[in-house]
Amino acid sequence: MNYYWNWSIFFEPSPYGNLYIFTLLNGLVWTIFTALLAWTLALVVGTLIGVARTTSSRWLRILGTIYVEFFRNIPLLVQMFLWYFVVPEVLPKTLGDAMKQIAPPWGIFIPAFLCLGFYTASRVAEQVRAGIESLPVGQRMAGTALGMKPTQVYRYVLLPASFRIVLPPLTSELLNLIKNTSVAFTIGLMELVGAARSMQEFSFQVFESFAAATSLYLVLNLVVVMATSWLERSVAVPGFMGSSTTSKSKKTGNSTVNEVAP
Amino acid sequence: MNGFDFDVIDRSLGYLFQDGMMFTLKLTLLSATGGLILGTLLALCRLSKIPLLSTVAGTYVNLLRALPLILVIFWFYFLVPYIGAWLTGASRPVSVGGFTSALITFTLFEAAYYCEIMRSGILSVPQSQTAAAKALGLNRVQVLCSVVLPQAFRNMAPVLLTQTIVLFQDTSLVYVLSLTDFLGAAVKVAQRDGRLLEMYVFAAVVYFVICYCASQLVRYLQRRTAVSR
Repeated sequence: MNYYWNWSIFFEPSPYGNLYIFTLLNGLVWTIFTALLAWTLALVVGTLIGVARTTSSRWLRILGTIYVEFFRNIPLLVQMFLWYFVVPEVLPKTLGDAMKQIAPPWGIFIPAFLCLGFYTASRVAEQVRAGIESLPVGQRMAGTALGMKPTQVYRYVLLPASFRIVLPPLTSELLNLIKNTSVAFTIGLMELVGAARSMQEFSFQVFESFAAATSLYLVLNLVVVMATSWLERSVAVPGFMGSSTTSKSKKTGNSTVNEVAP
Repeated sequence: MNGFDFDVIDRSLGYLFQDGMMFTLKLTLLSATGGLILGTLLALCRLSKIPLLSTVAGTYVNLLRALPLILVIFWFYFLVPYIGAWLTGASRPVSVGGFTSALITFTLFEAAYYCEIMRSGILSVPQSQTAAAKALGLNRVQVLCSVVLPQAFRNMAPVLLTQTIVLFQDTSLVYVLSLTDFLGAAVKVAQRDGRLLEMYVFAAVVYFVICYCASQLVRYLQRRTAVSR
């Protein structure tokens, strides 16, 4: 075992001129930025698909199922290659050429963002569907009986309640998304794993680079878990699977129940 | 899609399936088996009453579940030679093949996920089962192996199989080590012949067909074997 440890490597300049620690922090920023934008896309598309799978229209349900099955049954890495290499070829020539000519890093970022967003949407859709299906049928019926249109039933009755119920599984999907962002490294996005890998290749300090990336991922995880558990506690619906213990939810029970009723 | 070249797929079928898919399947099956055994042991450790054991197992599981698989693949790719040197007392890092390195990585990584599944599986077996087994005079190993674990496996079979499908998809990430799994083989043909579109679409179709059929099979088995309570 003759590995040469050099923990001060982080404060030595990389071939690009800046210190190695900034290479890593830059990677962390790319990871967070990509994950947040993809998460926004995933929530919007995922909600639409999830709702489509619970509507009474047969065609919308089939469409939603096809979407979910398509994105779940192809490895994320293959999807990344499809977005990066295949989509510009399949699109009309002018649009495809325009996509290929976007200057880096955006030429890599855009396919990575779309890939992660649409992939995560398929997982969000399953959670949203589960949330809506976990609500008593009476909620939908009552909404309809009050004279609401189907869109209003979803907007004011079903979605607000189901989002609060599926918040804990959505949190773990966000954590998965942050981890999955590393797959974009394969098409050249310099996110955290990419930064650690580049640092390792230039400095030959393998274990220091990966240890630093590992610690940054753990910190990021911890921050997300703390932030979302605060959010979960403040919006939990008492008596549903997402809520904390009965005694705990009783304390916040009154305020949260009032929020459900318009 | 006018210029879609089916010929390149036809020419490379042997390489793609005999070399690539065999590697993927071997890696999936071996690491699923290893991961399940290790995961079950980890789950027992996490549920054990000895604080040290449950803390160590819990830390291991939470650590691995917080990290991206690609990072773990790199970690073990560089770490395994040093561990090998340490175990055998060699003075220089031992070189291990790509397959061995990937197998160790996936076994240790998936063990963390199988552990969580098995833990909830064991917890899903009612306490009265253990109590009844003890009352019949079974010792602790017998309670575990003949009463608790078989029911835990049965309750969790669909989830375990679904996790194995996820593992099958995740093995494509050995691409970062330039190994020739199914995707790696497709990428190599694509780059050699300049046929990116054809090969990537074909790889996607093959993965989709396999994973879709497997998940439908899991669903069917779930219905067939559901315990009526």
